[in-house]
Amino acid sequence: MLGDPAVALTILVLSLFVGFEVISKVPPLLHTPLMSGSNAISGITIVGALLAAGSEERTLSTVLGFIAIVVATINVIGGFVVTHRMLAMFKQKPDRS
Amino acid sequence: MSDSLIPLAYLAAAVLFILGLHNLSSPRTAPRGNTLAAVGMLIAVVATLLVEEIVDYTVILAGVVVGSTIGVVLALRIQMTAMPQMVALLNGFGGAASALVASAELLGYARRGESPEGVVPIAIVLGVLIGGMTFTGSLIAFAKLQELLGGAPITYRGQQVVNAMLGLGALGLGVGVALHPLDLNLFTGLVITALALGVLTVIPIGGADMPVVISLLNAYSGLAACATGFVLGNSGLVISGSLVGASGIILTKIMCDAMNRSLANVLFSAFGSVTQSPGSPGAEDRGTVTGYTPEDAAIIFSNARSAIVVPGYGMAVAQAQHAVRSLVDELELRGVRVKYAIHPVAGRMPGHMNVLLAEAKVPYEQLVEMDEINPEFPETDVALVIGANDVVNPDALTAKESPLYGMPILDVGRSTYVFVLKRSMNPGFAGVQNPLFYNDNTMMIFGDAKATVMKMVEAVREYS
Repeated sequence: MLGDPAVALTILVLSLFVGFEVISKVPPLLHTPLMSGSNAISGITIVGALLAAGSEERTLSTVLGFIAIVVATINVIGGFVVTHRMLAMFKQKPDRS
Repeated sequence: MSDSLIPLAYLAAAVLFILGLHNLSSPRTAPRGNTLAAVGMLIAVVATLLVEEIVDYTVILAGVVVGSTIGVVLALRIQMTAMPQMVALLNGFGGAASALVASAELLGYARRGESPEGVVPIAIVLGVLIGGMTFTGSLIAFAKLQELLGGAPITYRGQQVVNAMLGLGALGLGVGVALHPLDLNLFTGLVITALALGVLTVIPIGGADMPVVISLLNAYSGLAACATGFVLGNSGLVISGSLVGASGIILTKIMCDAMNRSLANVLFSAFGSVTQSPGSPGAEDRGTVTGYTPEDAAIIFSNARSAIVVPGYGMAVAQAQHAVRSLVDELELRGVRVKYAIHPVAGRMPGHMNVLLAEAKVPYEQLVEMDEINPEFPETDVALVIGANDVVNPDALTAKESPLYGMPILDVGRSTYVFVLKRSMNPGFAGVQNPLFYNDNTMMIFGDAKATVMKMVEAVREYS
């Protein structure tokens, strides 16, 4: 998909900049959900795990792929669910009149 | 699915991830952000499943079912006080997944007898190295936070030398694997070295430095995913991995700044080990400390108009957040204006205190950052320090010989009265005495934070 490494490197550097810009705007209040949420995003490796586990005949790669799917899925699902749970707790002050 | 549609699906996923993170800039939009990111992930996964190379879905289905079950159970059961452990564990799994995928790719090349070309061997090395270190390092961090291991730094003679040798070994093996990717002995050596490095570099880091370690492991898990992206030539992984890497790097920097220490110092100095508190004067030359009671506090509170609560790790350990909220409710009913002062490194991970107080339904407007609240202490009647120590140590401002010197603190001593809730007179994590406790306007209340706060609630009800 990414033939030229220079293209991948370009994508990498630009994404890092986008990341720095976006994340420096997250207030300290939300740093824990930021960690768990970004954690879930790093579970994108699941894509690689799916390819490793599903592509060929059963080999050691398949076994590694299976374990990779399990841990990556824990990462993705666990990360998004726990982030959701946390974010649901942050409430504004109710009007006390 | 056609070959150009799949990269477009990854692009859509990446855009949703960025929008998701962007929405985390406010607690109001944050839940939507999390949903957007989750949808992005779903798109990426579904698109991948439609790739022609995937012929066998049974293994995939089994893995996803097992992983989802464990993930959901963990996420729903975990207590908010245990969130640092949870995040450490998730980091570790992310790193493990990346290392496994890179390994599986290499084994695939080896079986086909073809040599990976271009940047792929280097990316495989980085994926395995960073991913493996993230995995075992996170497990050690988890064990320390869960108190399966002691929180104190584990040190031994020659530790730095051993770690340096291991680092050089990893470098050498990495170069070896990059040059001879199909030599599986070299590769096995690299895997083992990476796993050992993760363990040995995290054990000398003390409990209160965990916010830095967790942030750094967060960055690693992203960078490992990024490396895997180069292995697979997959833009989706490269983009998402670098977003997470950027997030971890920023948080690491914020945490280091909040302790006025360099990353190298945090990682290599075994800060907080017993041997390392030179020059800090002992308790005996500071005078004595009188213990006060929750009733004394209630009397002071009955005349107070403003108060600032300063929570620390002790509040999390005692699970005192709900009791604290009850106390603040009582005080507010009696016309006291109350805010919470949150130090960036209070607790064991970035934002730890905010999550605990949010769990106790404290409105987030009341949670104030350090720089914003520090000017308010001189006009505040009562500062209530609950299980925090080093983050309120005035030596950090004045005592050049103190190991804490230069660390920004919450300047609680400038309020009219200071109550410090503490288990005992044991020094804080840094092993440094805290002169705040000996100030004339400081009153110590010893005991379990939760029990003490609950007694305060009763006393406040009685006295006014």
